[in-house]
Amino acid sequence: MEGITELKQLNEQVVMYLSREKGEPDWMLKKRLYSLSVFESKPIPTWGVDLSELKLDELAYYVKPDVEKVSSLSDLPADLKKTFEALGIPEAERNFLGGNGIMYQSEVIYERMKGGLANQGVIFMSMDEAVKKYPDIVQKYFMTRCVPPTYHKFAALNGAIWSGGTFLYVPKGVKVSMPIQVYYLVDHPSMGQFEHTIIVAEDDASVEYIEGCSAPMYVKGGLHAGVVEIFVGRNARVRATTIQNWNKNMYNLGTKRAIVEEGGKIEWVEASLGSKVTMLYPASVLAGRGARAEHFYVSMAGDGQVLEAGAKVAHAASDTSAYVLSRSISKGSGRSVYRGEVKVNSGAMGSRSSVKCDSLLISDESSTATFPTEEVYESDADVSHEATAGRIAEEQLFYLMSRGFSEEEARGLIVRGFMEPVTKKIPLEYAVEFNKIVETEVKNGVA
Amino acid sequence: MMKMVLIVEQLCVAAKSGKDILKGVSFSLPDGEVRVIMGPNGSGKSTLALTLAGSPDFLVKSGRATFDGVDLLSLTPDERARRGLFLAFQKQVEIPGVPLRDMIWEAYRARWSGPSRPSMIDFRKKLSATANFLSLPEAFLERGVNEGFSGGEAKKSEILQMFMLQPKLAILDEVDSGLDVDSLKVVADAIRRFVEGGSSALIITHHFNLLNYVEPDVVYVMKGGKIVDEGDINLAKIIETEGYSRWGVE
Repeated sequence: MEGITELKQLNEQVVMYLSREKGEPDWMLKKRLYSLSVFESKPIPTWGVDLSELKLDELAYYVKPDVEKVSSLSDLPADLKKTFEALGIPEAERNFLGGNGIMYQSEVIYERMKGGLANQGVIFMSMDEAVKKYPDIVQKYFMTRCVPPTYHKFAALNGAIWSGGTFLYVPKGVKVSMPIQVYYLVDHPSMGQFEHTIIVAEDDASVEYIEGCSAPMYVKGGLHAGVVEIFVGRNARVRATTIQNWNKNMYNLGTKRAIVEEGGKIEWVEASLGSKVTMLYPASVLAGRGARAEHFYVSMAGDGQVLEAGAKVAHAASDTSAYVLSRSISKGSGRSVYRGEVKVNSGAMGSRSSVKCDSLLISDESSTATFPTEEVYESDADVSHEATAGRIAEEQLFYLMSRGFSEEEARGLIVRGFMEPVTKKIPLEYAVEFNKIVETEVKNGVA
Repeated sequence: MMKMVLIVEQLCVAAKSGKDILKGVSFSLPDGEVRVIMGPNGSGKSTLALTLAGSPDFLVKSGRATFDGVDLLSLTPDERARRGLFLAFQKQVEIPGVPLRDMIWEAYRARWSGPSRPSMIDFRKKLSATANFLSLPEAFLERGVNEGFSGGEAKKSEILQMFMLQPKLAILDEVDSGLDVDSLKVVADAIRRFVEGGSSALIITHHFNLLNYVEPDVVYVMKGGKIVDEGDINLAKIIETEGYSRWGVE
């Protein structure tokens, strides 16, 4: 990648140039070009959040980081080292991570895995590297049956210009006990980050993958349109957690989809704070008998933010089950939307789906909405959807104040409790930090 | 002269709807004493308790209340609590997702701020011992505050908090309602220990039973938003057998 520093246009020449610079095999270039044609043929979606202010032609589609890849966190330049120390990443690596990676701008600049995992055949590396080192495995999974380029416009965009992301492969029967984490940092006034991640858990394997995302205050715009494709084998388990605190000028239009085989289980955990607009609908295809999906989502939309999210669950086999829990908080002029879809295919006997979404409104101007869709083609399916929207009750405030909490502290405590069913799913260190940010925001939002 | 922990003078209080509820309540509570308020439904007992704790549901129209030497009614509910006033709620208010243990710990830290603050280890020991005394299992402490608590569990949870926060004055609004015999005994024992430690209590109750365990110094009778009578424990015995007929209540 010697030649490129930034790619500010998107066309066939640029895509061919990027692919060549990355030294990719021919099939990948073809996939990129096909994706580009799909991207160009599809209009910007208008069925959800207003995307008219998203200026795609002002984006840098690829930004080469100004640091070389390092093999130890201590080799990072001082300013980045400071950033990651403030985020607690070196400490997390020491204490509870099985693998740790950093993607900065458009490239993975660091990755490390605890030694024992490599001996068990676990592969954890940047997608760019995996394309070259394990082309046969990657070709089998990359934008084939999980997220094809035709999935939607921004998936196609990712297919065309993707760079970075993670390839995580867990062989049959291997249970990775410590989470694998990758941190995504954007530090550019207006770029697109298009990482592409594939997680494969073979039969009976299990793994937990955590993504952290952030961008500093000065960022003026930009787009994050990553793709995560997950393959959960028979009786395998994958938990994919994202803790997102993008800059509040960015568009977060990621794509996440998992295919779950017989007896397998996918757990999606999403904690969202940042972005100007989020549209994110993690999807679970329950392809094998008894496959399960759990979707946990917590978010806080503040002034000027529209955070829209929801689960897409397809029951494509018998005895499959899904549980979806969404807890959203809106403050200032923030808006939280749940848009979800549950589909029970013909032949998927004994399917069960339960969707619960609860919204908490902190201010008078904040708003929330719920758009659930159900398509059920089996009469014995048990599909339920419950939604609530409310405010902090005065009697709750009074109760806690009568215990000595100030009104602000009481609000913070109530909000923490509201988020708890989701935050308990994320590692304690991050949950504490997440709670702190939200509680501070809620206190400020009222005062 | 006895030191008064609470002095209430001609307190007149209305509901948000504008309806007058308390119509000139006056009484006082000396330091370390236990006084009881009894009275028929709708006489204003809970309104008195909630007003003293600072509930936003009620509007003080006139009168005064002095707690431990300061003007109580000018304080916010949390200031009242931090100065040592505690209300055991009759109504069960849920704070979902906030474990009882965490809520008590944070309230405890706020109550005992400064250099004399006990350590977390001391707190945990004391909390376990108190929960055990109240026959509450450890796992109960991990549940959300009042989240799915039975009536009896909610009352015990209030008493547990009172014990941990060690207020100067506890206002106990029907903590004995809906308790089975064993639970009543446990709760009553806890209240007795609490007042033996030198704190004061204002007990609102419908039943004499509790007073078998915690002997009050004075019993007040409330009716129509006023205190209409006072006496010793014998007054409570009369109410237990006759009801409020001698005060003109059918």
